[in-house]
Amino acid sequence: MSAAELATSPAARPLRHVSTRFLRSELRLIFGRRRNQAGLGILAVVPIILAVTVKVSTPRPGHGPDFLASITSNGLFVALSSLSIELGLFLPLAVGTIAGDSIAGEANIGTLRYLLAVPVHRTRLLAVKLAAITIFSLVATLWVSLVGAAAGLALFGGGDMTTLSGGQIGMGQAVLRVVMATVYLGLCFASLGAIGLFISTLTEQPIGATIAVVILNVMSFILDSIPQLSWLHEWLPTHWWMSFGDFLRDPIAWGDLVRGLMTAAGYALVFWLAAWARFSDKDVTG
Amino acid sequence: MGSLVEGPAFHPYLTARSNLQRLDSVDRHADPRTTRARVDGALDRVGLLAAADKKYRAYSLGMRQRLAIAGTLLAPRELLVLDEPTNGLDPQGTREVRHLIGSLADDGATVLVSSHLLSEVEQVCTHIGVMHVGRLLTQGPIAEVRAVSEPRARVQTDQPAEAARVLRALGLTNIAIESGVVVGTLGALVPDRVVAALVHEGVPVTGFAVAQPSLEDLFVSLTGEGFNVSG
Repeated sequence: MSAAELATSPAARPLRHVSTRFLRSELRLIFGRRRNQAGLGILAVVPIILAVTVKVSTPRPGHGPDFLASITSNGLFVALSSLSIELGLFLPLAVGTIAGDSIAGEANIGTLRYLLAVPVHRTRLLAVKLAAITIFSLVATLWVSLVGAAAGLALFGGGDMTTLSGGQIGMGQAVLRVVMATVYLGLCFASLGAIGLFISTLTEQPIGATIAVVILNVMSFILDSIPQLSWLHEWLPTHWWMSFGDFLRDPIAWGDLVRGLMTAAGYALVFWLAAWARFSDKDVTG
Repeated sequence: MGSLVEGPAFHPYLTARSNLQRLDSVDRHADPRTTRARVDGALDRVGLLAAADKKYRAYSLGMRQRLAIAGTLLAPRELLVLDEPTNGLDPQGTREVRHLIGSLADDGATVLVSSHLLSEVEQVCTHIGVMHVGRLLTQGPIAEVRAVSEPRARVQTDQPAEAARVLRALGLTNIAIESGVVVGTLGALVPDRVVAALVHEGVPVTGFAVAQPSLEDLFVSLTGEGFNVSG
């Protein structure tokens, strides 16, 4: 082949090294999908219902989540209460849905084989998918917080916040604490999403992967509540989730939070690698 | 290289244009500045530009197939591999895809079509290869491959036994009588001599044809009869 032919050959198209186009396309796919928008809408219903019902009735002390009694003192607690309500099922379900779609969804409608034929390297595909799941997880969690904070501040007002340790922190500091707690939970859900990504490589039915994620999540909560299994508790993926309240102590009680982040990172890493091991030589025929 | 594998597959809730943009955005060789022009160009090429903003869900099977081909045209290709590109298409769709393949080849791309619709292959391809149980049995320019099998004369008559006798005397081989039609392999014989001989012997000829065996006959002769799945 002559040099002139080489220059016009498609193979000579330059390789673009750093590009976020794939990730942006992935996010458009997730956030542009009507079903996912409806899902985010449902996630936003909980904080609104919570704020309104607490407003119209006086909460009895000693019932419900820790933060519930504090709501009337500072609207930001609506955000935190909503998170503690939704972390049991709604938010893991949302992340599980996205994770289920990630590989199994594309395999199911056949677009996966076209992605691979472009070609897209499988490792890159999995990396982008996990990044998209993580971003979705953070956005969904922040969204619940944001709606909760907006509803809470509108109905109960803001001002200084009484921390769980009893001290007072200013409004700015309080907002920062709530954001930190939200990001912490978002990362925790993302690690569940990494498990979902792995399951998603095992099947071509996205709903199957989603259900498996939810079952795992519920199982983890159940095991966490059995005292005889206390040796296991600290290794459960959901064990450190409720520690997000530690951001509302004065000063922040970092011990459990760091354990929680390390557990999340550990699960994410192990299951991403498992997904890679499973997917890198999988025969994609569907 | 572009390819169409086992029929089209796109995100049903995205428009045709968004689907192609998605495919383009995952290609590390693609230049994002020219995406729009290339996507529209590919859609135009397959005649879908007017329906570019329709959701894929609303597309007919023929449109889907064409969109899949458009997906392979986002970048200049030297080789296109199309797996059953006319599968499930109506006659119009089949024609459209056939024309499209022809025009792609005219533009200098090599198009490899895998198909079991042999009449399609006959109309579209310049070269063929026959595969059986993972092995390439024969390949070459279509005329060359077909030349391997000899033309057969078909005589339509109401005296088939008589006609068969004449053909045998002329030196035709593999003579068979099928309800008023006598068929024989011509070999090196010139066809007009057959008719002359028949008329000379007083055999009434109501029809005469020289049939080149179809690609289907050729295929069956190479791969064998039957429904049995090998392997």
